[in-house]
Amino acid sequence: MTQGQLEIQLIAAVTAAACALPGVFLVLRRVSLMSDAISHAILPGLVLAFFVTEDLASPLLIVAAAATGVLTVVLIEALSRTGRVKEDAAIGLVFPVLFSLGVVLIARFASDVHLDVDAVLLGELAFAPFNRFVVGGTDLGPQALWVMGPVLLLNLGFIVAFFKELKLSTFDAGLAAALGFAPVALHYGLMTLVSVTAVGAFDAVGSILVVALMIAPPATAYLLTDRLTVMLGLSAGLGVLCAVAGYWMARGLDSSIAGSMATAAGLAFALTFAFAPERGLVALARRRRTRRRAFAEKMLAVHLLHHEGTPQEDRECRVPHLQEHLRWTPDLAKLAVEAAVRDGYVVRRVDRLALTAEGRAYARESMVD
Amino acid sequence: MDLLHDLLFDYTLRTVALGAATLGIVSGSLGTYAVLRGQSLLGDAVSHAALPGIALAFLLTGSKAPLVLVIGAALAGWVGTLAVMGVVRRSRIPFDAALGIVLSVFFGFGLVLLVVIQRQPAGNQAGLDSFLFGQAAALVTRDVVVMAALGAAALVVTLAFWKEFKLLAFDTAFGSTLGLPMRRLDVALTTLIVIAIVIGLQTVGVVLMSAMLIAPAAAARQWTDRLGVMMGLAAFFGALAGASGAVISATTTQLPTGPTIVLCASVLVVVSLAFAPRRGLIAAWLRARRNRTNLREIGVLEDLYTLALQHAENPHHPHPVATLQTMTARPESVVPGLEALAARGLVASHDDRGWTLTEQGLSAARAFARIPEGSGQKAEGSGRRTTGHGPRTTDHGLPP
Repeated sequence: MTQGQLEIQLIAAVTAAACALPGVFLVLRRVSLMSDAISHAILPGLVLAFFVTEDLASPLLIVAAAATGVLTVVLIEALSRTGRVKEDAAIGLVFPVLFSLGVVLIARFASDVHLDVDAVLLGELAFAPFNRFVVGGTDLGPQALWVMGPVLLLNLGFIVAFFKELKLSTFDAGLAAALGFAPVALHYGLMTLVSVTAVGAFDAVGSILVVALMIAPPATAYLLTDRLTVMLGLSAGLGVLCAVAGYWMARGLDSSIAGSMATAAGLAFALTFAFAPERGLVALARRRRTRRRAFAEKMLAVHLLHHEGTPQEDRECRVPHLQEHLRWTPDLAKLAVEAAVRDGYVVRRVDRLALTAEGRAYARESMVD
Repeated sequence: MDLLHDLLFDYTLRTVALGAATLGIVSGSLGTYAVLRGQSLLGDAVSHAALPGIALAFLLTGSKAPLVLVIGAALAGWVGTLAVMGVVRRSRIPFDAALGIVLSVFFGFGLVLLVVIQRQPAGNQAGLDSFLFGQAAALVTRDVVVMAALGAAALVVTLAFWKEFKLLAFDTAFGSTLGLPMRRLDVALTTLIVIAIVIGLQTVGVVLMSAMLIAPAAAARQWTDRLGVMMGLAAFFGALAGASGAVISATTTQLPTGPTIVLCASVLVVVSLAFAPRRGLIAAWLRARRNRTNLREIGVLEDLYTLALQHAENPHHPHPVATLQTMTARPESVVPGLEALAARGLVASHDDRGWTLTEQGLSAARAFARIPEGSGQKAEGSGRRTTGHGPRTTDHGLPP
């Protein structure tokens, strides 16, 4: 593996981890699409900063874009608070305006500059190692690492410093406000982090795929755990995993690295959605089947108890009769009988069913329930 | 007149304006339901999710015919939508997170395919990436015809299922009790929204198409509370934004069409939010100001009436301003209130001895009294003074 390849993967991993951490709170607070709005809306900030600095590599671009991200949040909140539009409509109204302004500014005033609007949406990690951070003739590594590394540390620092406040305001906003935890300041602090992260990440993966890195790993982790600390760790870990997997997918297909990272994140989510041990589709189906069998077994026991020692016993306590009386399908009847026999509640005598002592106790207990 | 001449006879300008107006009508109409149902950003997810469909359609057919690409986009958008619905229904992932995942992952996959296409021998990607930002200037009559046909079909279905979709938007549970298949109607309506989205992709692009779904409907909402009127207005606003954006873009150098259309739509939203007669922010501000004024006058009137009840033998006994000021939580409002009431002939000033109700004022005060006249007598007899008031509402209006 060449150093360039290693550096690309490192940049991708750091970017993914940095995006996943604030993404956890976006998912839990149900404001995931703020990441979409912010990552699209930073364009005019970038353009205006470029007009001032004439330098695409200036740190001022990051500051201006992050400020524009916060402005986006402010505008969305203000529009929501009028009560005339819902919050999702406010998001959908604000970011296209800002994005459109950015595109118009580029088209009219910067069309001869290498400020390609494609780069904002798409990004390309493959070229990241060529932008070196050189100080006094010393090569300190890819510039992208020097951007995303501090962003990752900033995110970690914010979350560690305000963990209990973030946790409380995320899960019980009313109590957090009552305790004076400044929920508005916390909200804007979090949104500032999202802005800074989106700005830092867009050069690597483009603004739309920032959404994939911010939302998909936390959502995947959300299907795997109920603990916030575990969710944070899992999100970052999954992000890194998807970043590296995406890199190798891109190599195999000779295609877009950022696109492959997003696709890998999507695959991770889909697999978890299907197979998560507690909440996956497979687990849910298995649990549903188990509950269905247990319920049928219980009904069978109660049915036999009702007819035990009665004149109709000989007719009622036969397997075929379960289908007539209880309207069970043949499969369900077979399933229930086999389960009851296996659990020791019922014995079969030729074609008749009879309760065991254990089965009788189980049936009586079921009726009490 | 040059502009009008060009609009009528310049092929490119006419085609682009017609195309933009068509997309505005369809996205405005169907956006009405998206906005009312709290699914505004569904359009964003669909438009981003459409990208792999476009790429796959090209890969499978080698064709860039608009109908082929639109079908590919629609299928991918539809699959994305069903994925969102499925995730939300079968897990605890919230709706917005599911939207975020679908829009970004599908888009990422679309990027992968676009680059794969670019590396193919016959892989001329040109034209496909125009979907990212829209390329209205490239519209030709055939494109507009496809858009119009698909849009018309979507609108016809919308009108045919008017009652059902209305129930879906406003009272899904009631629809279920009537025995309507609400889930299938949900999928059907979402499918129509997908159609509205994909016919606009070539004009305004993946990123901005969601704005065309939301902005006309959000603007229309400010002017009416009736669904039919809202939908009609949204279609009109959509057409207006589309056509005006196209024209402005064509007549100004280096102004891209898609963003200009979106900015025109946004201007309509801002104007509607500000100036709509009932829901507009300016109307609301004026209403609030009028209510504050009324509240101030009613407060003073009630206080004078309370004092008048203390002097049953002479209800026109004057009272100084200072007395009235001690009776209210907002003493600064007393003098302006008195002056306003005096202008209406309800109170009169007795030089330096204070203010009193006129006969007219007494009648008006009784109409609003929350302290019955009889209890005033009783209150005085028991030696208690009645001061202070419960909360006042802004519903009071003085008689004309």
